[in-house]
Amino acid sequence: MVEVKNITKCYGDKKAVDNISFAVGDGEILGFLGPNGAGKSTTMNIITGYLSSSSGTVTIDGCEILDDPKGAKSKIGYLPEIPPLYMDMTVQKYLEFMFDLKKVKLDKEDHIEEVCRLVKISSVTHRLIKNLSKGYKQRVGLAQALLGNPPVLILDEPTVGLDPKQIIEIRNLVKSLGKKHTVILSSHILSEVQAICDRVVIISNGKVVADETTEGLSKALVKSNRLLVQVEGSKTKVLSKLENICDVKSVKVEREVSDSVYEYIVEANEDCDIRSKMFFTLAEEKTPILLLQSADLTLEEVFLKLTTDTTYSKKGGKD
Amino acid sequence: MSAIIKRELYSYFCSPVAYVVMAIFLFFSGLFFSIVCLSGDTSNLTYVFNNMFLVIVLLTPIMCMKLLSDEKRLRTDQALLTSPVSILGIVMGKFLSACILYLVCLAIYVIFGFVLSFFVTPHWSVILCNFFGLFILGCALIAIDMFLSSLTESQMIAAITGFAVGLLIYLLDNVASAIPVEFIANAVKNMSFLSHYQNFTVGLLSIADLVFFLTVIALFVFLTVRVIEKKRWS
Repeated sequence: MVEVKNITKCYGDKKAVDNISFAVGDGEILGFLGPNGAGKSTTMNIITGYLSSSSGTVTIDGCEILDDPKGAKSKIGYLPEIPPLYMDMTVQKYLEFMFDLKKVKLDKEDHIEEVCRLVKISSVTHRLIKNLSKGYKQRVGLAQALLGNPPVLILDEPTVGLDPKQIIEIRNLVKSLGKKHTVILSSHILSEVQAICDRVVIISNGKVVADETTEGLSKALVKSNRLLVQVEGSKTKVLSKLENICDVKSVKVEREVSDSVYEYIVEANEDCDIRSKMFFTLAEEKTPILLLQSADLTLEEVFLKLTTDTTYSKKGGKD
Repeated sequence: MSAIIKRELYSYFCSPVAYVVMAIFLFFSGLFFSIVCLSGDTSNLTYVFNNMFLVIVLLTPIMCMKLLSDEKRLRTDQALLTSPVSILGIVMGKFLSACILYLVCLAIYVIFGFVLSFFVTPHWSVILCNFFGLFILGCALIAIDMFLSSLTESQMIAAITGFAVGLLIYLLDNVASAIPVEFIANAVKNMSFLSHYQNFTVGLLSIADLVFFLTVIALFVFLTVRVIEKKRWS
């Protein structure tokens, strides 16, 4: 549905987007992830035709954005980072204007009503946009993107500025939209992307550093089997006992927590659960476990690892 | 394009801008009309139209200052530029909406004509020519001010540069006479809006004047499109 090929965008010497390629299939929800200033918004602006890339092509459902801008743009609903709202208009007037601007062929009144119901702004349609709260403004922006039921939806950080309840609502809405539309969604919140998206593209310093399904990404993270334990008792005794448990690959003292309490990182062989064995072994020795938790990298840590890896950021310039 | 015209007119008439512009325009039109025609016992509207030149020069920047600068500042240009409308369509929509507001202001001259017709049979063709001259002069200035508005994100800067350019246009004849090199002086003189406009006010409809103003409109609409286009590429 959406195909991005080798796009590069230069601002002077700085490459904001450096040779990015990816494709999104029909009905897929793609999460676009990256730290602030990574080039997410720039890429989205290029896909929607607001900016032009220095090189590379973007194809929306067979229409190239530069050769057939009208055809391509009519297939996209876009919610930019800052919703493009006219503060001096009422919600109803604004949506009518956007409806006309997009040259939508559906029944105007019914369609606007339907979209308002979908994003839950029916109660504020006659209020001036400037008097709305941030959450409502964001939703009006989303309503604007949904006008005309475009096959492709591009949402730049759609849940920023919303309260937790609204965030869940919007996430569910985007998820349900993903059944009929192709959605590209940007965010810097990992759990959000994990909850909504089928696939994740992570970019850093203008380059793609990962392009995987959400499951694949999580799997890649939990391949090692590391545990963090705090045990009370003599360090050498605990160490030798832990090392003697079968399936334990390595044990390392992390730090001294307090008097005669140490923290250890225990790495087990793959697909082995050593927790009960460890418990009984240490219980026999009367060295109680005070804390036991997984020491695997969280999504956040992997994200940080990917986006701060020096091999990738060498060329990208400064943020 | 029609959607943009509709929105701009909505924005003009839902804010004080349209009313302030119309009030100022009507006040000075009425003032000149009563001083020249009613007190001066004449049906000759030439002086009225002549005096309106400066008023128009100072009013059009107010009408145009937020046309494109505000779109950039509020990021609403993202909605316009990612919708299936060409940039020319956007610019023409903006331009025509300002022209329509201006035309609404000009409607007062129809009333002046009727007032005169109670006392004397007015030269309708001359009045029509005046009317048309004032309209096309205003449109040319709107195109220039719209271009200035596309260069900045601040309404204030758009308005101030609009005033400055307007005054320069107003003084162009004086500037021309101060230039010692004859062919440059002639060239500048031929660019004078005032002298082209004055032909209309005496009831002279010449192709040269018409072409002059239409060229100015086309040039600045084109330049505005280029400015917006350039932003996408840089």
